[in-house]
Amino acid sequence: MIPDRLKTYKLTYKPLGKSAILIEWPPEMNELILKDVLLFYNRIQLSKKEGIVETIQSINSLTIIYDFELINFDELNLWLKRIYPEIKNTSYTQKNHLWKIPVCYDTTFGLDLSEISVKNKLSIQEIIRLHTGTAYRIYSIGFLPGFLYLGGLEKQLHINRKSKPRLEVPKGAVGIGGVQTGIYPKSSPGGWQILGNTPINFFDISKSIPCFAKPGDKIQFIAISYQEHVHIQEQVTKGVYLLEKEVLND
Amino acid sequence: MIRILKKGLHTSIQDLGRKGYRNYGIPISGAMDSNSAILSNIILGNKEVDAVMEITFQGPEIQFLSATRIAITGAIYSPTKNKKPLEMNKSISIQKGDIINFGAPKSGVRSYLAISGGFQTELVYGSRSYYEGVTKKGIIENKDEIPFNSSFKVGLSQYDVHKLCYSSISNSQTLKVDKGPEFELLNKNQQHDLLSNTFSLGINNRMAYQIQELIPNQLKSIISSAVLPGTVQLTPSGKMILLMRDCQTTGGYPRILQLTEQSINFLAQKIQHEKVNFELTPLSD
Repeated sequence: MIPDRLKTYKLTYKPLGKSAILIEWPPEMNELILKDVLLFYNRIQLSKKEGIVETIQSINSLTIIYDFELINFDELNLWLKRIYPEIKNTSYTQKNHLWKIPVCYDTTFGLDLSEISVKNKLSIQEIIRLHTGTAYRIYSIGFLPGFLYLGGLEKQLHINRKSKPRLEVPKGAVGIGGVQTGIYPKSSPGGWQILGNTPINFFDISKSIPCFAKPGDKIQFIAISYQEHVHIQEQVTKGVYLLEKEVLND
Repeated sequence: MIRILKKGLHTSIQDLGRKGYRNYGIPISGAMDSNSAILSNIILGNKEVDAVMEITFQGPEIQFLSATRIAITGAIYSPTKNKKPLEMNKSISIQKGDIINFGAPKSGVRSYLAISGGFQTELVYGSRSYYEGVTKKGIIENKDEIPFNSSFKVGLSQYDVHKLCYSSISNSQTLKVDKGPEFELLNKNQQHDLLSNTFSLGINNRMAYQIQELIPNQLKSIISSAVLPGTVQLTPSGKMILLMRDCQTTGGYPRILQLTEQSINFLAQKIQHEKVNFELTPLSD
């Protein structure tokens, strides 16, 4: 059911410097908003409008970068406002997938499982059951190369970031930071509570498109053993691992 | 090829950036002071987008393995060729075996060395700009050999380069800005302080410059949204962050100002402790 506050809303259009327009939806991480954002994004991409350099999609916004020598703010703003109503035409919808992501929740990888267990008063089995029990919607890819913003983490798993961030969180680490869960696409410093590790590559520059998943898709974590992690890691390295996916009917 | 005899402090190959991949979280990158990078290419008759070498804080020592032409622009590092002083902002003939050296920076921070036809390092998603994790290398190391097209010949550029480009190295502390999307969330006092106070630059790198003084702040974080080079973020602790070319693609801090492209170039030539103030461009009033 559509909540009243999202039945009608107006988008805002603001300049972001001299060569970008920021379009904003109500400030929420919400599937209805995401759907609208992605429809508008696809409509803009398909138009191949002269003067548009790049459109950055985010959770509740689009940022259109333009070449001010080819088009000005007013002209582009007017065009955007004119085409927005057209997106109700369903031809701009995309096919979304559910990706099954193997994660090893062994304590070798799940460095913070016991901390989460104590703080959130859950057994480690319950943590794993809750974390693998939801399909998380991808709202956006950003911040770092291949980092997915995922929505839908169970309230019982919400936990503050570590008071002291780690200097190095390994590539593939799966963690929780506040109300979000996510995957470290490469090793980096980080303060998230770490639950496990996935051998899957979320950012691969050998591909023409470096990320296999896209905003609108969903991610489901599947618990695997340490031996399976080792085995899948080998297959991924050889480039023969086939990731399981399903078409989403939404 | 050129051979790196001494790598300097933070030397990298940059062009004008990797456009069109920010939806995969890939930063735009590119020359911090794009104006000086473009100028170095124009002097040689190269394309504006050709890859150049960016030199920061401490210059490298380079040997050329074949003849070519180079031009050096931006920060003044008193460059030498075979130990003889070298003119900046000029097309210079290089013979096989010549050694170029850089001293300490006298003014400005970032110097650019363009080579005839541009450096031919790996092209990843339409750009040669170094960015660790996207390109194999993040910075240039000792003994690196960097390819260029030694058969590339172009006529000397006839442009009067001093009329063509502005200098990015300036004593002015003014950075021209537009209001950011969250500027209006600041109260009147904060807005006034932001636009009338003088600030000191803090630690900085290719991702961002920090401001030392704090702006007392009650603004909450926003839902992650796009940030660009030149976006000024305000953290909950009141710290201002001026994002630069290698900045992340999205962020959750309020975006209070947006630097103009020219101001990003000016800022790229400033060092820690230098003073800056923000001035709205006429259209923003």
